Amino acid sequence: MYKIARKKELNPTVTQMEIEAPMVARKALPGQFIILRVSEEGERIPLTVAGCNKEEGTVKVIFQIVGSTTEQLNHKKEGEYIQDFVGPLGRATETEGRKRVCIVGGGVGNAIALPVAEEFHRLGANVTSIIGFRDKNLVILEDEFRACSDRVIMMTDDGSYGRHGNVTVPLKELLEAGETFDEVITIGPGIMMKFVVATVKPFNIPVTVSMNPIMIDGTGMCGGCRLTLNQNGRKVTKFACVDGPDFNGYEVDFDEAMSRGRMYFDFERHAHEATCNLYKKA
Amino acid sequence: MAINPKKHEMPSQEPKVRAHNFNEVTLGYTMQIAVEEAQRCLNCKNSPCVSGCPVNISIPEFIAHIKESDFEGAYQVISKSSSLPAVCGRVCPQESQCESKCTLGVKFEPVGIGRLERFVADWHNANSKEQPVMSAQNGHKVAVVGSGPSGLTCAGDLAKKGYKVSVFEALHTAGGVLVYGIPEFRLPKAIVAKEVEGLKTLGVDVETNVVIGKTLTIDELFEQGYEAVFVGSGAGLPKFMGIEGEAFKGVYSANEFLTRSNLMKAYRDVVDTPIMKGGKVVVVGGGNVAMDAARTALRLGAEVTIVYRRSMTELPARREEVEHAQEEGVVFKLLNNPTKILGYNNPENPRDPKNGFVTGIECIRMELGEPDAKGRRRPIEVPGSEFTLECDTVIMALGTSPNPLIKDTTKGLEVNDHGGIIVNEDALTSRHGVYAGGDAVTGAATVILAMGAGKNAARAIDEYLRREER
Repeated sequence: MYKIARKKELNPTVTQMEIEAPMVARKALPGQFIILRVSEEGERIPLTVAGCNKEEGTVKVIFQIVGSTTEQLNHKKEGEYIQDFVGPLGRATETEGRKRVCIVGGGVGNAIALPVAEEFHRLGANVTSIIGFRDKNLVILEDEFRACSDRVIMMTDDGSYGRHGNVTVPLKELLEAGETFDEVITIGPGIMMKFVVATVKPFNIPVTVSMNPIMIDGTGMCGGCRLTLNQNGRKVTKFACVDGPDFNGYEVDFDEAMSRGRMYFDFERHAHEATCNLYKKA
Repeated sequence: MAINPKKHEMPSQEPKVRAHNFNEVTLGYTMQIAVEEAQRCLNCKNSPCVSGCPVNISIPEFIAHIKESDFEGAYQVISKSSSLPAVCGRVCPQESQCESKCTLGVKFEPVGIGRLERFVADWHNANSKEQPVMSAQNGHKVAVVGSGPSGLTCAGDLAKKGYKVSVFEALHTAGGVLVYGIPEFRLPKAIVAKEVEGLKTLGVDVETNVVIGKTLTIDELFEQGYEAVFVGSGAGLPKFMGIEGEAFKGVYSANEFLTRSNLMKAYRDVVDTPIMKGGKVVVVGGGNVAMDAARTALRLGAEVTIVYRRSMTELPARREEVEHAQEEGVVFKLLNNPTKILGYNNPENPRDPKNGFVTGIECIRMELGEPDAKGRRRPIEVPGSEFTLECDTVIMALGTSPNPLIKDTTKGLEVNDHGGIIVNEDALTSRHGVYAGGDAVTGAATVILAMGAGKNAARAIDEYLRREER
């Protein structure tokens, strides 16, 4: 059992938890993920590490309440326990040799983008962060991004905060104005990452994307997290849990990955409603 | 008294009934059947059956105890050689091991050695009050990576010799393939849990949720004071065919499908893990894993077809599993090979929720040509014989390649072209003090071979640490 050391609501649909898991905390690096199970009957879900406190032995995760499992997790209080917590899994984000980077995050993906931005900042790189949200109420981690970025561009879809529009708008402006980066790193919904890749492509800058497919074991056993890369015209199957979760954005088949991500959409919607109703009754 | 030419039949659930539940298919011999079956054993002088057993159980000796209704005595004989008799009695391919060598089998059906082994183990579990006792500790620490059949066996043997053993398991439940792979109806999970509990009473620590290669590396285990490490990390990444459409929703690897059902218990309504149930399922492959996947899908309410590119003669699964599958209603489409998986696509509406789901599988008929290097006749496509099977789910049961996590994080650990860890006859890897066995070395094989490897490694580790001490 793993204790929830601290819990904080970042916005009405996004929660941050710090979980006591000293062995994971000791090892976790930006870009890696953990798998947790809330209860004995629960499913295993992957969540990217949003930070860790090695002295205290806690690992920070930030999740959006989207389905039954995240709903159950969100009902756990500070001081309570969750059943399982294992990691760190996957490969850490590559940081070597990057002097000037642009981080492009969307929605709850910003929670994962933040430790990557912080790591680049710690290593002395120049960091531009373009962070996008649907509206003002959903904005999270703004202060944290400002603390580790040389420049922050805040975007909202409805213009209620920061600039109005998608994250690709300022990205394109910067690139067209002649800005160069050693790398663009994008983390967020599949559709956003797909358009970030398309935006950067004409400028010949490497793009790394952080994939978040459905997983079970997370250790290279089940193959559920497979995705297709197009490498020089050849289709190659890769597994996000052991080969990723970071991939070369130019190679990823996003349409396929997004389609696979919706495999249990109906099931989840149903389970989410069932869970909500259970809690209503309780 | 004339010898009964046939093995006593295994009492089983009726096929029509069991096709709809996850309870164990075979019910086990009664005491009376066991004694009668034991009496078929000729107790022949040279005991060829023993040489057919990967862990050399003294088979005629334990059967002699059954003849005398001394079941605990029989158990004691088996447990000298096997740490998991209740498991092996159920999942060992006895027909190609001990029973294939049985003298009685020359003329008649061989003695039902596997069924007797299972009877003895179940009798012991139900009736014996003896608790395993912790051996006197010798002060040496050994780490075991993975809690599957090889790891559990290695841990058990070392604990009995007085070593302090820690088993590290990546998943949340110990048992490895016995828990995530083999279905409840073939190996009840309570049996595996009991074996693991037994190890704990022997003083073995079982730490779940620790991924060696990630949470801790092999080098860190040595830093923590472990003097030897056994790697039994099992099979890894599932293989796919590389045909079009394998990314459609509804295409599973057998590992994923079985893990959802077995480990995550997706067949029970109260759990949160989803699985595609019902409809039409095509399973590709002919091994035991394919049979397990097919029979699991059937129990989840599907019409199930197995597609295999060779014929029944070459089908690698155990005969008993194939027969069980057929009795339960699984359809075998042999000498067929998939060429493409078909998926739904509504060009009018890219948001149609059905888009990207499997609708069928295109196959081509095969015929058998010349034998290949392994002596199996090579299947050859019959040109122009493509046809389509409609289905909602495709399960690929084509084997696995060894897990990369330990290889990638352990300097100096040599692996072969297939990614299997290279070991010598003493299970020693290219790294000092690091031993390995089971699927991590051989690629997908059987439970008993993994157990044998675990035993061999335990012996070698003991010898090594005794040498070091001197």
